[in-house]
Amino acid sequence: MRKRPLILASVLAVATLLLSACSGSNNSASTSTGGSSFGAYEKDKAGGIVTFVASAAGGTLDPKVNYTAQYWQLYQASYDGLLGFKYADDAGSFEIVPNLAEALPEVSNDGKTLTFKLRKGIKFSDGSDVTVNDVKASFERIFKVLSPTAGGFYNGIVGADVCLKAPATCKLDQGVVVDAATNSVVLNLVAADETIQSKLAVPHAAINPASAPAKDAGTTIIPTTGPYMYKSYDPNKELIMVRNPYFKEWSHDAQPQGYPDEIHFKFGLTATAQVTAVQNDQANWMFDPIPSDRLNEIGTKYADQVHIQPLTAMWYLPMNVNLAPFNNVKARQAVNYALDRAAMVKIFGGEKLAAPVCSFLPPGFPGHVDYCQYTAGGSVESPASAWTAPDIEMAKKLVEESGTKGQKVGIVVSDDEVNKQMGEYIQSVLTEIGYKATLKPISGNIQFTYIQNTNNKVQISLSQWYQDYPAASDFLYILLSCGSFTPGSDSSINMAGYCNKALDVKMQKAMTLGLTDPAAANKMWGDIDKEVMADAPVAVAFTPKQVDFISKGTKNYHFSKQYKMFVSQLQVK
Amino acid sequence: MSINEPASVTLSESPGKIALRTLARDRRSWISLSILGVILLLALIAPFYASSIAHTDPFKSTLNATINIGGVTRQVLEPSTEGLGLGITPIGPTGRPGAYFLGADNQGRDVAARLLYGARNTLFIGASAALVTILLSLLIGLIAGYRRGFVDSVLSRLLDVIWAFPVYLLSISLSVVLLTSGLSLGFIHVGPGSIALPIFIIGIVYIPYVARPIRGQVLALREREFVRAAVGSGAKHSTIIFREILPNVLPSVLVFIPIMFALAMLTESALSFLSIGVQPPQASWGTIINDGLGLLYTRPVVALAPGLLIVLTAASLNLFGDAVRDGLDPKTRARGDS
Repeated sequence: MRKRPLILASVLAVATLLLSACSGSNNSASTSTGGSSFGAYEKDKAGGIVTFVASAAGGTLDPKVNYTAQYWQLYQASYDGLLGFKYADDAGSFEIVPNLAEALPEVSNDGKTLTFKLRKGIKFSDGSDVTVNDVKASFERIFKVLSPTAGGFYNGIVGADVCLKAPATCKLDQGVVVDAATNSVVLNLVAADETIQSKLAVPHAAINPASAPAKDAGTTIIPTTGPYMYKSYDPNKELIMVRNPYFKEWSHDAQPQGYPDEIHFKFGLTATAQVTAVQNDQANWMFDPIPSDRLNEIGTKYADQVHIQPLTAMWYLPMNVNLAPFNNVKARQAVNYALDRAAMVKIFGGEKLAAPVCSFLPPGFPGHVDYCQYTAGGSVESPASAWTAPDIEMAKKLVEESGTKGQKVGIVVSDDEVNKQMGEYIQSVLTEIGYKATLKPISGNIQFTYIQNTNNKVQISLSQWYQDYPAASDFLYILLSCGSFTPGSDSSINMAGYCNKALDVKMQKAMTLGLTDPAAANKMWGDIDKEVMADAPVAVAFTPKQVDFISKGTKNYHFSKQYKMFVSQLQVK
Repeated sequence: MSINEPASVTLSESPGKIALRTLARDRRSWISLSILGVILLLALIAPFYASSIAHTDPFKSTLNATINIGGVTRQVLEPSTEGLGLGITPIGPTGRPGAYFLGADNQGRDVAARLLYGARNTLFIGASAALVTILLSLLIGLIAGYRRGFVDSVLSRLLDVIWAFPVYLLSISLSVVLLTSGLSLGFIHVGPGSIALPIFIIGIVYIPYVARPIRGQVLALREREFVRAAVGSGAKHSTIIFREILPNVLPSVLVFIPIMFALAMLTESALSFLSIGVQPPQASWGTIINDGLGLLYTRPVVALAPGLLIVLTAASLNLFGDAVRDGLDPKTRARGDS
């Protein structure tokens, strides 16, 4: 998941999660309550309006299509799947709990069949009942609307291969078998999938009414099941969420009642204006990265309102392997060598907020290995243990050898302050190593989908990836497998267009191995990481931390590693 | 000089000489030309300043650069050491002409060097766009006013179309469209990101503001006795236009030049500020203000310095324009206002 446009990032092993949770508590100005679920609902603290601010909207409101952290954070309080991630702080938020299903699934047939029982009495926000037919229709809708994870997450459902080829007529009669009499849902997989339960807990697997449109709903509102529903959405102005009158808490762990009466998300404010709005209590929280110009101020004068949280995420540069000059591996490696990760960390706000990396799997993630091929003194054959400094001379040499020197390169970035500064830096680096680089900042509202579509002929871009669920496949398989590359589609999350069939087979093997021997699987993922980065379809820059700046009057801040701040649990009364 | 003490005018002198003499006596022209001269000089020495004085490349990001000040090595982008230790602040004005005289921007680049390079682009685009406007306006005004009839109607309606759009709205729209695709007009090809684009765009959008008064003036001149005499004597159209009408229109054109220069410069700065004019890493005063926008709280000089230069230049050009107008206006000269 991408931060603005959306998410899908990677996974953290439980031990690592616990470790990072501890370190997160140390680094954060906030108080952490550990991995347990929240206390009982305090009715007297409910009410009021929570206001968020952002420079731009996050695109479509359709939970099956949107892939941004900006809206996944909201979906958490509005849409539900059969399973969900637990409402708990830090690492506890990776625990999968039954949500619209009564219990975790019964797994049979060597892991290929999962049987659920749908809870009774749950209604959508339009008053209609949630039925097993809605469940089946929702799974089919993943393919009909060309969800960005249709090919990466749900291609293992029986019948998905046909649906991927003919989305409009998708039928999953064999893959999702429902029985209205018993309220049961049987999910049949082609092969066992160690991460299937995580995939069923993310918003793309949310249950929508069967009547939901068979295309991207865009700004059309789809009824919800959670404590909040969407009242209005104008991407140029504001998104308003109000209480769902039909919501009754069915699981405090999966979907607790929310505190604010309304959640307003206002768009169009610069990051600096957002900081000021939060300082003045005109907004409760800001979405965009805090401009470096204001970080010192809030880190000194407003330290008690700042929460710094470690993330399993990365900022990276996908390079289009099917377009010149980056269809040449040496050109891609040159960019990796030239990139001064420490400089990018500075733009992001300094060492307290980010750390340079150059492996694909972030530090602390399952399968992560400490190595860096593209650093001063490192090479593909003999990687260093960590990134230390750029090697501009090597980069220039590779550009010469690739025969791409002097070619034009367009860099597409979001137009917020931090991304634009990053873009200017990248432009400077590409110019230095011999390219004619131009910067193309475009609205964050569309940048994420724009850079995915091959029709836009994006050569290199800047993007972010935040984990969807804790597993290495969420980074490597989702971002760089052949199945995640769909030419001509806005939902082609493999932005580099990288398709290495031999590595695809290895990734499949690693996922299968994970069912029986997670340690061996993680080792295999580490090897795959190195092989991928030898081809350098992307340049990984740094792993960021989340800085949440909330207003003085905002209470009950809780942070989930899965979805970040729990929006429904904020108290303003 | 008071009204009761009219300027001495030698009737045998040509109007041009009289105007120049009047201009030379006008303090406004000296003040404005002095300021413009200094700014122009600074723009011209930009490469020398960057390479030989500041020893910096103003177009290259140097986020990890360091500078030695008084024997102490400091990072150009300094990490915070207070509170939670968040954020990086570019070094402020050092006051030393050697390097970072006005501090650094958020890419670690020397603001003073960029300011000088920015002056080159801003002044060049402003002057070129004003020239495009003046030349095309003169052409259109002369043809429309002299030919009248159908030709005048067509040209006037074309001007009306451009006039119908607010200048900035039209400039922004054209810039957004042409910024990524570039411009191809017959054999003219301008690539995306070229500074020829803002010159072309700004040059076009101001045409009605100059062409219409010129046309009006030509229409009036067309009816004057000396023009009728020339027509009656069988002079060629080109002779009438260039020998009888143009010299009488030129004073107005000369007055327009500094004013259009100022307007074009302001428009260029606005477009560059909106990231649709001069493209990074090139600098113009507008782009530097944009760079400084993110540093208003910690390093306001990054935005204020180009802002001040824009104000000074625009004010000087307008002041000079006023002086030129008065110098060319016989009524003002007769009153001795200057």
